[in-house]
Amino acid sequence: MAVYLDNCSTTKPREEVINVITESLREDFGNPSSLHRLGIKSEKKIEQARELISNYLRVNKGEIYFTSGGTESNNIAIQSIINKYARRGNHIITSRIEHSSVLNTMKYYESKGFDITYLNVDKYGYISLEELQNSVREDTILVSVMHVNNEVGAIEPIGKIKNILKQLGSKALLHVDGIQSFGKIKVCLKDHDIDTYSFSSHKVYGPKGIGGLYINDRLNLSPIVYGGNQEKGIRSGTENLTGIIGFGEAVKIMGANFEREVNHVFQLKTYFANRIQEEVEHIKINTILNQESSPYILNISFKYIRGEVLLHYLEDKGIYVSTSSACSSKGTEKSHVLKSMGLTNEEIEGAIRICFSYENTKEEIDYTIQILKDSIAEIRQIIMR
Amino acid sequence: MDKVLSVSLGEIALKGLNRKYFENQLISQMKKVIKDIGYNKIYKEQGKIYIEAEEIHFPQMINRLKKVFGLVYISPCIRVEKDMDEVAKASIEIMKDRVNRGDVSTFKVETNRADKKFPIKSPEISRQMGGVILTNFNDLKVDVHNPDVYLYIDIKQNCYIYIDKIKGYGGLPIGTNGKGLLLLSGGIDSPVAGFLMAKRGVEISCIHYHSYPFTSERAEDKVKSLAQILSRYTGKITMYSVNVLDIQKSINAKCPEDEMTILSRRFMMRIAEKIAIKNGMNALITGESLGQVASQTINGISVTNAAVNLPILRPLIGLDKVEIIDIAKDIETFETSILPFEDCCTVFLPKHPVTRPKLQDIEVSESALNVEELVDNAIERMEVYTID
Repeated sequence: MAVYLDNCSTTKPREEVINVITESLREDFGNPSSLHRLGIKSEKKIEQARELISNYLRVNKGEIYFTSGGTESNNIAIQSIINKYARRGNHIITSRIEHSSVLNTMKYYESKGFDITYLNVDKYGYISLEELQNSVREDTILVSVMHVNNEVGAIEPIGKIKNILKQLGSKALLHVDGIQSFGKIKVCLKDHDIDTYSFSSHKVYGPKGIGGLYINDRLNLSPIVYGGNQEKGIRSGTENLTGIIGFGEAVKIMGANFEREVNHVFQLKTYFANRIQEEVEHIKINTILNQESSPYILNISFKYIRGEVLLHYLEDKGIYVSTSSACSSKGTEKSHVLKSMGLTNEEIEGAIRICFSYENTKEEIDYTIQILKDSIAEIRQIIMR
Repeated sequence: MDKVLSVSLGEIALKGLNRKYFENQLISQMKKVIKDIGYNKIYKEQGKIYIEAEEIHFPQMINRLKKVFGLVYISPCIRVEKDMDEVAKASIEIMKDRVNRGDVSTFKVETNRADKKFPIKSPEISRQMGGVILTNFNDLKVDVHNPDVYLYIDIKQNCYIYIDKIKGYGGLPIGTNGKGLLLLSGGIDSPVAGFLMAKRGVEISCIHYHSYPFTSERAEDKVKSLAQILSRYTGKITMYSVNVLDIQKSINAKCPEDEMTILSRRFMMRIAEKIAIKNGMNALITGESLGQVASQTINGISVTNAAVNLPILRPLIGLDKVEIIDIAKDIETFETSILPFEDCCTVFLPKHPVTRPKLQDIEVSESALNVEELVDNAIERMEVYTID
């Protein structure tokens, strides 16, 4: 049996997505910028996909920009906002548990003289709104917080950030890294007054190499890469037509099945967590088990276990998960997320992440739990002799 | 006037009666590395080997030929008939090309007249051609003691004119010195050991030990990449990949903790020997350097040697780490070797390994294990890859 439980890393494209992609490779090869009818046909396909995605997010079609994926979207949003508002101030607020595409961009601006506040998180990975409130200054130009943490699944209270900023009279903008929330939990960009929101196709059963960025209409951002002014200049370069078409299809299906799929994985996750808690000793669940975490993500630390060894044991039986740290000849590289949550080194080294998809079944989970129990017993026996 | 590559042989030239065999081995190696590029002809002419091919392919060919053992220099030459006017034209062309590449103000002509029937003697040829160069290149001067470049003229059945001598590694052609099984890890040393023995003519196969699932498949991929780089010098390599986790588990369960490393090492040697003998190999090769780690002491080596009968070649035994790294960089294995490899095997690493193991003690510890069965089971489940 093959059980894929690494759906936060990437997902398997849906069959329908594969079909529209192969068809589009054959039929829609025209450059959307060409003046002839092949070009026009391609352009229409892009606009259809844009419409599907904007409908799903309940935003204006013109607010959706296609990019190469999450990393590029985060870079465009953060860099463009900083470039535009740098004269207003040089203070930025983010969290300690952001994805590297955000953290490394922040590090770059820090080296250029910007002042960055990294918000702490609690033991389940939540930022404190109080700390956020106390961190806002007159010269704060940007708050960048992820919606769902990719390692533990914590849903950050992004809906409350803009209110706090307004109450304090701050004009700071809000960027939300939505890579793990898009298609996985409800998103209210307009209600929450989010300025920019990044999302990716391959996390929602679409192809890789394509993603998107929501930019609120009232913003007037300048590009960070220059070229032929595709995507209203925000993302120059010939459009990834097949990617966009596949992405659109993935969102279409996901949108139609959203509630059902969320309920399904939530049940699997709860079942998984309950059984592990009952049947395996010396564990620590790093994901809060209620509606405040993503139904798709479960992070567990096993004491006396190296996560990576467990990963290989599981892989040997056809089960694919991921770890938060990697053993290496130069010592262990530890997850900055779990470290920020205050986990001990042993807990970090023994952590694995399980990420569900609509395709997983209860039988798969039963099989996984059985293999997991056997592997843990064997590894512990070797290590604890 | 044709462009050809000439290849000078090193030690092979000294090999007396075996010379022809060595030369043929070398030619067959050379053919192997350039056959997909395409050449017209490879021929021997009085002590050197010549390749006729399109000049456009020369840089790529030289790059690959440099790595063929037994070959000392490669030179792009102009080949002409034995006619002084032709030799003069070729000399001018070769020198023009060299001057264009810069940094030449003095030269010396060196003639080697292998064909003694050629009427003009070497010093006279050199003098005449020196004159030709001086009249054609106003900025050049002759310096017989320390010239910037030598212009070589070889008078054989044909005449060959050249300046550049691109260094090869020397050594002996692969396969002229038996076969060896290299214990290849993901580290810096073992690929270098394999390279050095291959340079002495040993045909190399590799064996790699892993502890999956305690190590990752990527660790094995890294070793395959190293074997791949090594195969640029050695030609096709057979790689045996053996999982020793069960052996480590047994040792871990039944033997003293501080003997883990030396006991594992003895198992690795036994497995290697068995595979070597079965496949007609005559020696084991390791990257051990005396004193580098706990198992690489004289006592450690004695205890390891006692596990097998085949000779264990340790070409790095007297080298310092820096010296090994220099070679690793030169043969381009270093960059791959230092990639951080995922290794969760530290669970099997004793905190204080024995540095002066006694054979008696080790044998007592081993008596708790079913050595033969563990070795056979490991070999039975090994995987074999061909690296090319």
